[in-house]
Amino acid sequence: MTVYIIRRVLQLIPVLLGVSILVFSLMHLTPGNPAQLMAGESAPPDTIEQIEESLGLNDPLPVQYWDYISGVVQGDLGTSMRYNTPVADEVWPKFVVTLELSIYSTILSIFMGLLAGIISAVRQYSISDITIMIVALFGLSMPNFWLGLMLIQWFAVNLGWFPPTGWEGPGSIVLPVISLGTAGAAIIARMTRSSMLDVISQDYIRTARAKGVKRRVIIYKHALKNALIPVVTVAGLQFGALLAGAVLTESVFAINGMGRLLVDSIIQRDFPVVQACILIIAVVFVLVNLVVDISYKFLNKRIDLND
Amino acid sequence: MSNQQVEAAPTQPKVENPRVKAMKDFYRRLKKNVPALIGFYTILILVIFSFIGPWMLSADPSDTDVINKFAGPSAEHWFGTDHLGRDIFTRIVHGMKLTLGIGFASVFMGAAMGIPIGIIAGYYGGKIDAVIMRLIDILLAFPGILLALAIVSILGGNLINVTIAVAIYAIPGFARIIRGSTLAAKNLEYVDAIKALGAGDGRIIFKHILPNVLSPVIVNATLYIATAILTAAGLSFLGMGAQPPRPEWGAMLNDGRSYMRDAGHIAFFPGMAIVIVVLAFNIFGDGLRDALDPKMKK
Repeated sequence: MTVYIIRRVLQLIPVLLGVSILVFSLMHLTPGNPAQLMAGESAPPDTIEQIEESLGLNDPLPVQYWDYISGVVQGDLGTSMRYNTPVADEVWPKFVVTLELSIYSTILSIFMGLLAGIISAVRQYSISDITIMIVALFGLSMPNFWLGLMLIQWFAVNLGWFPPTGWEGPGSIVLPVISLGTAGAAIIARMTRSSMLDVISQDYIRTARAKGVKRRVIIYKHALKNALIPVVTVAGLQFGALLAGAVLTESVFAINGMGRLLVDSIIQRDFPVVQACILIIAVVFVLVNLVVDISYKFLNKRIDLND
Repeated sequence: MSNQQVEAAPTQPKVENPRVKAMKDFYRRLKKNVPALIGFYTILILVIFSFIGPWMLSADPSDTDVINKFAGPSAEHWFGTDHLGRDIFTRIVHGMKLTLGIGFASVFMGAAMGIPIGIIAGYYGGKIDAVIMRLIDILLAFPGILLALAIVSILGGNLINVTIAVAIYAIPGFARIIRGSTLAAKNLEYVDAIKALGAGDGRIIFKHILPNVLSPVIVNATLYIATAILTAAGLSFLGMGAQPPRPEWGAMLNDGRSYMRDAGHIAFFPGMAIVIVVLAFNIFGDGLRDALDPKMKK
């Protein structure tokens, strides 16, 4: 197990390196000169030269990358072109909001998805199974930003139960979390159902049934434990999708999180902030997947750890 | 083997091509899958309608009617009008071509790049495979809409760039699936036999591996169109895709969000249109997968 974990962590290095190179290239791949962008259209050439010099834009690319990455490792994410403040100060408080939103939504997805998936599998082809699967298909097919707008319309504007925007107080988190978590719940419900059905048809379950083990015990103790294994992977992937999907939800609910900051910064061409937001989401996603992979191996001891 | 077959054999041995037989099996199973058929016919109708619809309607999607702005659904304006008094039904009908076009084009481009990458990785294996898969891992580290956002931030926001962004985002999925299927197909005995007969790599790949890996591609592509449409609509919703006055559905939703309090229908109908299209592709994709899955054979 330890060997596996070490190998898996070592495998991260090229991925993180690649991610950082891609993120670093964002500013250089984009048409136009960053110094010109910072200084404005009508800036005199020597101002632009000065900015280029101070940002190190005249250095060879590998040197610039080295400067960038050694800064990032030390927590220096650059300087915002718009506000001329350290990006890290701008990003971290907003990252916390986005992380909260994603975590709550993931919890909702897992809880609802598991519940619905188990009911569906246990009562295959019943009315509740069919209803759940139809609802899940809709959940999967709905744009989360549209669902958010509709939730605002019904529960905030018409019924007045929740505030339509913001991220302050327990009431305000309900609609964004439902809006972001629904698609994940649908995916997890479908995964749980098919995984449960797979397991239920296996010999050891039939044996347990033949031995006269109670139905409840079979479902929750024997079947669910094994059925959960593939669900864990999906839940991990979902967390990443929700972290990125928060971009849309935050925009709908006017939540001051990292997603909204990312979109604003893309529109304003504030590249250091764009780079920081994308880098943080990608790194968090990669780390979550690492944890998921390790727990996957841990849950499923049959998998060859040397694989 | 029964006696009858033995007797019939000398007169006319009827050997059916296994691939043709597999296709027939597949159609037979697909025809039994009612939801899949509903999905398929919905897609077909939507595609046809996206071409003839705009031609059937007399109104222009950009025609404004300032007196009737914010009007709710009525006999005259089926889905009501928006903040500029434009007819929402007309705009949705005109926008259908954009939505379907982005979906098909981006998945086609993603498959065109992902399939060769996956086949090369799976077929040649070794170092080539390791390098390709690490690069794919790097792309996969950007979850969901993030990769598309990053690409659009470089290229700038318009419909063509959104299509390119969504296509690039599709590459890793195709490459991975194809690599897996190629690995499985490569080890089939008959491929060894063909190799022994002296067939070259190109011939093996195009004539023997490719047909074997196509069915997961079709399922993946169908389901991916659904994701592509959602992603592209999301980018337009954020103001990074279609620019006004284009009747793109995500952009229409973006128009409507400011008027949720008084005119919720402006955002409701374009969203509903997205749901129906995406739902059709998801149902059809599910059905295809079931029909192609050997475990479902009865």
